[in-house]
This record gives sequence, structure tokens and C-alpha cells, in this order.
Amino acid sequence: MGLPNTEMEDFVESEYAQGFVTEIESDTLPPGLDEAVIRTISERKGEPPWMLEKRLTAYRHWLTMREPSWAEVRHPPIDFQTISYYSSPKKKPLLDNLDQVDPELLATYEKLGIPIDEQKALAGVAVDAVFDSVSVATTFRESLAEAGVIFCSMSEAIREYPELVKQYLGSVVPHKDNFFAALNSAVFSDGTFVYIPKDVKCPMELSTYFRINEANTGQFERTLIIAEERSHVSYLEGCTAPMRDENQLHAAVVELVALEDARIKYSTVQNWYPGDNEGRGGIYNFVTKRGDCRGDRSHISWTQVETGSAVTWKYPSCILRGKDTVGEFYSVAVTKGMQQADTGTKMIHIGENSRSTIVSKGISAMHGSNAYRGLVRVAAKAENARNHTQCDSLLIGDRCAAHTFPYIEVKNPTAQVEHEATTSKVSEDQLFYCRQRGLSEEDAVSMIINGFCKEVFNELPMEFAVEAQKLLAVSLEGAVG
Amino acid sequence: MMLSIKNLTANVDGKEILKGINLDIKAGEVHAIMGPNGSGKSTLAHILSGRDGYEVTGGEIHYKGQDLLSLETEERAQQGIFLAMQYPVELPGVNNMTFLRESMNAIRRSRGEEEIDAVSFMKLVREKADSVKLDQKLLKRSVNAGFSGGEKKRNEILQMVMLEPYLAILDETDSGLDIDALRTVSDGVNLLRSPERSMIVVTHYQRLLEYIEPDHVHVLSDGRIIRSGGKELALELEARGYGWLLEEAAA
Repeated sequence: MGLPNTEMEDFVESEYAQGFVTEIESDTLPPGLDEAVIRTISERKGEPPWMLEKRLTAYRHWLTMREPSWAEVRHPPIDFQTISYYSSPKKKPLLDNLDQVDPELLATYEKLGIPIDEQKALAGVAVDAVFDSVSVATTFRESLAEAGVIFCSMSEAIREYPELVKQYLGSVVPHKDNFFAALNSAVFSDGTFVYIPKDVKCPMELSTYFRINEANTGQFERTLIIAEERSHVSYLEGCTAPMRDENQLHAAVVELVALEDARIKYSTVQNWYPGDNEGRGGIYNFVTKRGDCRGDRSHISWTQVETGSAVTWKYPSCILRGKDTVGEFYSVAVTKGMQQADTGTKMIHIGENSRSTIVSKGISAMHGSNAYRGLVRVAAKAENARNHTQCDSLLIGDRCAAHTFPYIEVKNPTAQVEHEATTSKVSEDQLFYCRQRGLSEEDAVSMIINGFCKEVFNELPMEFAVEAQKLLAVSLEGAVG
Repeated sequence: MMLSIKNLTANVDGKEILKGINLDIKAGEVHAIMGPNGSGKSTLAHILSGRDGYEVTGGEIHYKGQDLLSLETEERAQQGIFLAMQYPVELPGVNNMTFLRESMNAIRRSRGEEEIDAVSFMKLVREKADSVKLDQKLLKRSVNAGFSGGEKKRNEILQMVMLEPYLAILDETDSGLDIDALRTVSDGVNLLRSPERSMIVVTHYQRLLEYIEPDHVHVLSDGRIIRSGGKELALELEARGYGWLLEEAAA
């Protein structure tokens, strides 16, 4: 009757499926951080002097800051001098075609199920694959170029489109914003740059896969998406990482700028190595993601499915600056084992009639700890601002935790702010009920979890939604019991 | 023989609840199991359906010739054992129809049958919902979420008539039902009566047995069947209560 406990534990403790390491020569800086390291990074990347100055300014400011401690997470202190801040595959391919890419690299992508090939084109997805810190493959650039869309690595954008980068980089998340944003601004390795010109609807979903593959190499991705007036873009981000013993710090910054009537949809499936069941070796994921609805009637939507990382600290936010702007945040965050997540969003209403929706689904299993932290701020000028927040927690087992920290600041009396929260449990009774109707335990759990997450999955692009459902089922296999 | 229970003993939390149950049920028969609270009725129903938390300490159970206790909960369901629960659970976010279809298909797959297609399923579920007088709107809601007590029981019966089990166990299905609901639920059960199908109706009261006429009635007390008889036994219990039987058993 039911899986005996030991069997259940074996199941739960099954190794991280993506935990392999590719042997590829890397050009890696020794651990440590000082101005010389930043100069080296900038130099290796062939950056212009203004970019180096930006980095140095950020670095000097970072030195004056302290690591934040308010999040509902616990981890050993991070020694920033033991991290290596730059790593790039030694053989830099010239990308006329995929044949020129290191075959071992391609094999890695294959293992990860990242198809940089014709199939992807047929599926209508262009891939800008980031291997460690340097972009090594960019595909479908031509058809995007025809539409006038720029989709390239951040390094390339700095060289090729300096005016756009100068104008927008740091305009949504300034280096002074927070400790990890300052660090990122100083040492960011690479990332993605997207520019959608006026009136252009991006002809395909843009997608980037990140993979951290160098022991002890912090990853500091920097992403900037600019949607000009009346343009539309949907961007997908998915990640996995190989198994490692040391903690790996990841402090990315993502900035979105939506001008008048523009729409940006940003979807993430995050599955970094969460550490072993004692919490050793997982990724620390301290991310700053923010979108600026700068133009009237612009619309930014964040959707995330977070299943990986040992510690997550992430609040994709919207600044609803223009009139009639819309901000959305749909999130599923799963913590199991010793995983900890403190995640949520900020909706800053500045423009009149700005509207925001927050749907957050937290799932905790085993010893996982899941916190929702969300701020809804309505500024004095934001007449008729509206927010609806739905914040649900699902507990599996009796050793996990869920926390909710809603912050609501309203300075305009016409605002309407609603907050709903629920906490429920996947119970033995529910599982018995499903199994008594002929469903396996795995199918039962996956059905209950998918039911719980439906509102968020509905927001994901089709292809991603299927992936996310599978990921969730795999993540939570055997976590009940 | 549909079901054969021999000398079944079982503990819950180290306490002996079943103290040697013997019961044979032939295909087509309806058996009522009655008895005072705490006599082990629900324990028996749960052990038959494979619920965790019960330790079988002795005896054996054969279902259609197989060793039932060696089968997983879902395998028992797939092979035709259905438990209509006393307290059906809620599954928030899981659509009632989706659940029923997944359940049907899991059972069909296990038997090497083809899955039911969406159109046939919809037609069937609407028809069966009407037969148990379950509001069609409830089909579109989450499983049992926010259902009234009677609606939950009707939903159980809907699942039962859809899944067409070989051995249906109704655990206190009558509890908390008004007379109309009782009648509908019983109608559903009676529709399923057939020579290939057996039923165990666990109940505290004789009332349900006015509508579902049993072939055999057993009285369970303190973990043993202390009396078996025909449907007239239920009437006698209704008239005289359990006291006299318990005294006789003690003597």
C-alpha cells in the first residue's frame, strides 16, 4: 500500500538530471575582484572606454554597499573574493554556420535538449545561446534583421549599437539600485540585447538558454530589451546548470523598456542546480528584473516558473509610468529539499489608470521554504490605479514552509488594491482519492500541482507551458509522502 | 468468487481493530455491513481499497482469485475496485471532468483498452450526471471544491457509474444525505446491479437498505462479524438496535 518510505526517498534523492559537466577549455580569470579585474573584463571584451567607466563607477559604489539581509533566506556568507568573474570558451567560433561551433559544445546543447538547429526555425524560435559568459551561437539573425529587430549579445551591442546601449543600459535598474545590481553593473559578463523598432511585431519568439559551466565562475548576465512605440515582443528564457560542489553565484540584471503602446512579454523557466538534499552546491540566484512601462498604454508581462537554485531572490517588477499602462506578474515557484525562495514582484503605479495583476503560486515540499514578497505602490498622481493580487501557497508534507509578505502603499484615494491569499496542502487523503480512482501517485501529484498552477501556465507560450508542466512533475516526483 | 476474506486481522497505530474477519462475496451479490460506531466497518473498507495506515497482521484476501494485499492502491482501482468515500476530498484546480476522464483512461490503459475520446466522454458524462441528478455545472468545477455534502456524494456515485467497477464499496454513503439525495444515490447504485458486479454497502443505519436491498447482511462488532443473515436481519436491527446482538455475542 503506497511506496515504502525508503523507496520514496530514493526517488526524491535521484540525481539532478542535468548534472553533467562539459570538458571544454576555458579562459578563466583567477578568483578575486578589484579594479584591475574589471579593467581586464572590459579589455577582453574589447569594450569602449565609456563602458569601462560605467563598470568602474558601479564597482566603486558597490564597495560602499552591504549585502542585503532582509530576505527570508539563510545561506553562508558569500566571499566575493573567491569567485572568478570571467570565463569564456577558448575556441571562439566565427558563426557563419553551426559546423564551426566546437562539437563538444553542440553535444552539450543536445544533452540539454537545446536544439540550435532547423527544427527550432520551424518552431519559429530564434536562439541566442549563452555558453558561460560569451555568446557562441546566434541564429536566425537574418530574418530578424529583415524586420529590423536587433537580437544579439550584450557585448556585441556595446560595440555595434553604442548609442542605444548608452541611452538605455542602467536606465531601469541603475547601478545604485541594490547590492547585486551594482555588482552586476561592474562585472557583467554578457547577456542579451533586443531592440524592436517602431510598429514592428517581432516575427518569432525570442529565446535564450543560459548554462553555467565553469566551476566557481559567477555568472552575471545582463539583458536589455527595448520595445519602441507600438512594437511587440515575446522573450523566453530557460536555464539549467551542471552539478557542482561549490556554490555558484548568479546575479543577473534584466531591464525592459516599453515605449508608447508597446508590449513586452518575458517568460522564464529556471531550473538551475538546487544543491543536494542537504543544500550543498546549489546555485545562489540573486536577480534584479525590472520593466519600465515608459510610454502610455504600454504593457509588460512577466511569467516565471522557478524550480531550481538553492537560494532564489528575485522580484520581476513593473514601473507603470505611462497612462493606462498594464503590468502583470505570473509566477510559480517550487522549493523542495533545502531550497529557499524569496520571490515576488513590485508594481509601482505612477501613471493614471495604470493596472496591475499579480498571480503568485508557491509550492513547498520536503524542507523547502517559499516566501512571496510583493509591493504594490500607488503614487499620488496615479488616479484610478488598480491592482489585483492573488497569492496562493501549496504545501507538500509537514516540514516545509510558506510565507507571504505583502506590502501595500497607496497615496491616491481613487486607487483600488485587492489582495487575496490562500494556503493549502497536498494531503494523503487527496493522493489516496486519486489513486483509488486508478491514477498513479506521480500522475496524482502532477494533476494537483498543474491544477494549482493553471493560471500561470496559461500565460506561458505553448511550447514553454508543456516544458514547464514536465519540469514541475519531474521536480516534485516523490516529494510527497 | 468475487471476494474472499479469511481470518483477516489488522492494526491501526498498534491497536487491533479487525480481529478475524471471514467473508465471501459472489459475483452479483450485494452485502451490507452494519454495526455500531468503532466496530471496524470503515477500516475494512479502507483495507480493501488499499489505503495507507493499516497494518494487516494476519489472514488473506482474494479478489477475483488474486492476492489483493499484494496490489497497489491504483492497481486495485484499475482492476475494478471502487470505494465511494464517506468524506470525498476536494481537489482545488483539478477540473471535475478532467479528473474523471483521466481516471477512466488510466483504468482503460491498464487493461490494454483504448482511451475514450473527448466527444464520447462528454456525451457519456452528461448522460450519467443526469441519471444521478448532479447539476451539470458541477462538472466544470474543481473536484468537490465547494460542493455541498449531498453534491459530493452524488459526485461519488457519478464516478462509480462512469467507472463501472466489479466490486463497489460504499462507505457510509448515506451519512448526511436527505431523503431525496438518498433516493437518487440508491437509484444510481441499483442501476449498477448486475450479475458481474458485487457491492459492499457499509452503513450504520437500516434506512439505506430500504432502497438498496441487500442479499446478505453482516453485523460487525469489535472487529468480528457477530451475525450474518438475509435482509430481514437489517429490519430486526432497526427494530431492536444492536444491544441484544452484542449481549448474545458476549455470552
